[in-house]
Amino acid sequence: MLQGWFIIATSFAYLGVLFAIAWYSDRRADAGHSVIANPTIYALSLAVYCTTWTYYGSVGRAAATGIGFLPIYLGPTLMLALWWFVMLKIIRIAKINRLTSIADFVAARYGKSQLLGGLVTVIAVVGAIPYIALQLKAVSSSLSILLNYPDIVMPARADTVPLLQDSTLYVALIMAAFTILFGTRHLDATERHEGMVAAIAFESVVKLLAFIAVGLFVTFSLYDGFADIFERARMAPQLEGLLSFNGNYSSWASLTFLSMAAIMLLPRQFQIVVVENVDENHLRRAIWMFPLYLLLINLFVLPIALGGLLHFGGAGVDADTFVLTLPMAFQQQWLALLVFIGGLSAATGMVIVETIALSTMICNDLIMPTMLRWQWLGLSRRTDLSWQLLNIRRWAIVMILLLGYLYFRVASEAYALVGIGLISFSAVAQFAPVIVGALYWKGGTRPGALAGLAAGFLVWGYTLLIPSFAKSGWLPLDFIEHGLFGIELLRPQQLFGLSGLDEITHCLFWSMFANIGAYLGVSLLRQQNAREAGQATLFVDALSAPQAHGARIWRGSARLEELLPLIGRFLGPKRARTALNQYAQRRGVASLEDLKADADLVVYAESLLAGAIGSASARVMVASVVKEEALGLDEVMNILDEASQVRAYSRQLERQSQELSAATRNLRAANERLKELDRLKDDFMSTITHELRTPLTSIRAFSEMLHDDPRTELAERKRFLGIIVAETERLTRLINQVLDLAKIESGKAIWHTSEVDLRQVIQHSLDATSQLFKERSVALTVKLPQTVPPIIADRDRLMQVMINLLSNAVKFCDPESGKVEVRLEGRDAKLRVDVVDNGPGIRSEDQAIIFEKFRQGGRGSDVLTTKPQGTGLGLAISLQIIENLGGRLWVESAPEEGRAGTMFSFTLPTQARENKMAREGEV
Amino acid sequence: MNRSPLTGQRLLATFLLGCILLNYPLLFLFDLHASLLGIPLLYAYIFLAWGGLIALMAWIVEHRSD
Repeated sequence: MLQGWFIIATSFAYLGVLFAIAWYSDRRADAGHSVIANPTIYALSLAVYCTTWTYYGSVGRAAATGIGFLPIYLGPTLMLALWWFVMLKIIRIAKINRLTSIADFVAARYGKSQLLGGLVTVIAVVGAIPYIALQLKAVSSSLSILLNYPDIVMPARADTVPLLQDSTLYVALIMAAFTILFGTRHLDATERHEGMVAAIAFESVVKLLAFIAVGLFVTFSLYDGFADIFERARMAPQLEGLLSFNGNYSSWASLTFLSMAAIMLLPRQFQIVVVENVDENHLRRAIWMFPLYLLLINLFVLPIALGGLLHFGGAGVDADTFVLTLPMAFQQQWLALLVFIGGLSAATGMVIVETIALSTMICNDLIMPTMLRWQWLGLSRRTDLSWQLLNIRRWAIVMILLLGYLYFRVASEAYALVGIGLISFSAVAQFAPVIVGALYWKGGTRPGALAGLAAGFLVWGYTLLIPSFAKSGWLPLDFIEHGLFGIELLRPQQLFGLSGLDEITHCLFWSMFANIGAYLGVSLLRQQNAREAGQATLFVDALSAPQAHGARIWRGSARLEELLPLIGRFLGPKRARTALNQYAQRRGVASLEDLKADADLVVYAESLLAGAIGSASARVMVASVVKEEALGLDEVMNILDEASQVRAYSRQLERQSQELSAATRNLRAANERLKELDRLKDDFMSTITHELRTPLTSIRAFSEMLHDDPRTELAERKRFLGIIVAETERLTRLINQVLDLAKIESGKAIWHTSEVDLRQVIQHSLDATSQLFKERSVALTVKLPQTVPPIIADRDRLMQVMINLLSNAVKFCDPESGKVEVRLEGRDAKLRVDVVDNGPGIRSEDQAIIFEKFRQGGRGSDVLTTKPQGTGLGLAISLQIIENLGGRLWVESAPEEGRAGTMFSFTLPTQARENKMAREGEV
Repeated sequence: MNRSPLTGQRLLATFLLGCILLNYPLLFLFDLHASLLGIPLLYAYIFLAWGGLIALMAWIVEHRSD
């Protein structure tokens, strides 16, 4: 049986676990092993989007409107696809400028305006308060329901409980204490909160698992699967309407739009997605994993809603509590406890991150600027303000939660959970125009942004927030029914008579109309000033110009002795020295004291300060200690133009250096080739002299014999002389071939081109070599077509090739039963000649080299061990001839595969007019 | 972040596709008294289209052939 103390103890134990995770991650981070430097953790931490709204409220919404709960999750899915552009840009900008909140982001973009930062903060805080109230309501009501286990009793109305007996107040205070412990432990207020992110990711897992556990219980234990639940719902007359599209398409679209804005602009999303981002590559996984999380957590919403409606009927059980009350109704105490812990996860996750983000904004953009103006506080004399900064944040956290509690007491009874949440979403959507403008439109100005935000915020307050008070009975209702001062046109939820829309769509339309209209209209009223133009370029061109050129838009003089204490006041003197020492090291300066206080240093100091007190205050602070020259708009524009020219030059330079290195590579390759050719030439020379010496030696030997011994017999003499003649002929042939090859290679050969019938050429070659075939008794097969198209070629050269191939075939065919086949065929405007023998074949590694000079084919065995026959130039010359005639010569043989024989083939184009040789011949 | 222009364009196209698939009038087309494996057609369609979009996005950003 669940006891009250046990539930409370479990809750605190769970908070303790969260704290342990955070503590451990912080320890790991200090040791340099960040736990959150992981894309999956990043994607999970984004699920802080899913609060008790999702956890308890979606079921309530689904029980009322069927499919109407879904656009809140479809919008983010669509938006995530655009994060590739949009969020990447925001993250880059925030990192370069050390922006720590959405207020800072807007303020920095529109000329580092303190006023604008303050306005954004006010909107964000006021907008977030209903949302925090929602979490308090969900936790306290789930707690009170669970405490009554096993009875199912709905909690009493919030405003009927005396203040000090209200458990919600204590929930709020405990959450405040917990958040303070979590988010403001460190003195260095600028750093990211590693431990918090790890705890949030853990909570995301817990709430998902708890919700899926309930979903499985309801779907498969209480009912017989999805189909069964839907079938029963179809039977029940009051539920049938939930199964089709229940509502109108305009509210579907407006909720989708609202959630698209919320996923980027909610202060806690900005904190987790942008400020806590470790590596922008983590976006890649988040783009699909976060939508997947949303899909999973929504899978069982409808079954639970329908199951709850079927079970409880109209028995006075609030549909927002079905997730908890269904397990309770079936005495599943452990599941109920798990559900409660899951809900606690959803609520604490949201409250922690939201209040940390808001407290940063309140401190940096609301309180700091005000305090720095009040001279009598003596802030300018204090040397270390970093503790004060943290204290301001702590008080801001308490204040936000108490405001949330106040709203809960005042207004939350009139709405279901989702209804309260949507009020907040509509407030946050007011940031959308100025943020989109900040990223993609350079023309927006500070007054434009101020006007747009203020107009949108006022319309939101009038059409949504104030009516929520009225509906709860704290304001007279006739203000809603009859309009302000009784003017019908000013009825807040039918403004100017616009009716037929739900209140969210109605508010969204009018507030966006006012917001965008004022933003554009006022921005276009006057020319931008210098700072606005500079910041606009910095933001809009953030992706195309990764390097910050902020330093260039500053001119003046500064002194280190003044900058260092200034930074020290807000960061603490020790951290200030460390940060500037690091900067000095990066600049290659030996020590801090040698640093030149130039524009770069001033910009760096300002960005350090911006991390701690916001960009607008940092600007004011820096301006108070340095002497600046005011830059006119023209000057800023010139500097920006110059910067973009410099970028263009540097891109050009980069391209040229790439071209240069490519050229160097080519030259090196050419040089290698030349060396290779040189080596080949040397090889050639030594080979050819060797080849020439062999016949010369034998000629000389036989001549000397004849000369020295006059008594040699006649027959002997004749034999000697025969050898001498044969060797001389061989010598002549060799020299002729060398000359021939040299001529062809150098292009000086004379070609006698004419129309040639290839059949005739083959026939004549066969006649010329017939003696050879007879001597070796090689069988010859010839396959020639009846006619072939004529080609333009040098007849004698072709004969030379054919005879070379034929005599090779005879030489290397099988010595016992040699067979040679000659084929000719015409196809595809080409004539192809094959000369096939049945010799041992040529190994594939030798096939490439046999066409080189003096490399004879030792067929089937090693080149070197086989005795060469012939000059070793035949194939080289043949290749040159065929290539000069515009054809191709190759060899096919595969002795490795056990197939005997070699096939030499060449092709020649029949349109010989177009081949290379013909062109050369005409020149 | 290493960004291929093709990836960005594919994601943009996926966004547009999603806007069409999950809105009027396509939703209206599926708002029928029919069911797929016992699940009302409208729900089945939305969850299938949603899952399909996620799978597409995952494929676009994670596959590294380019």
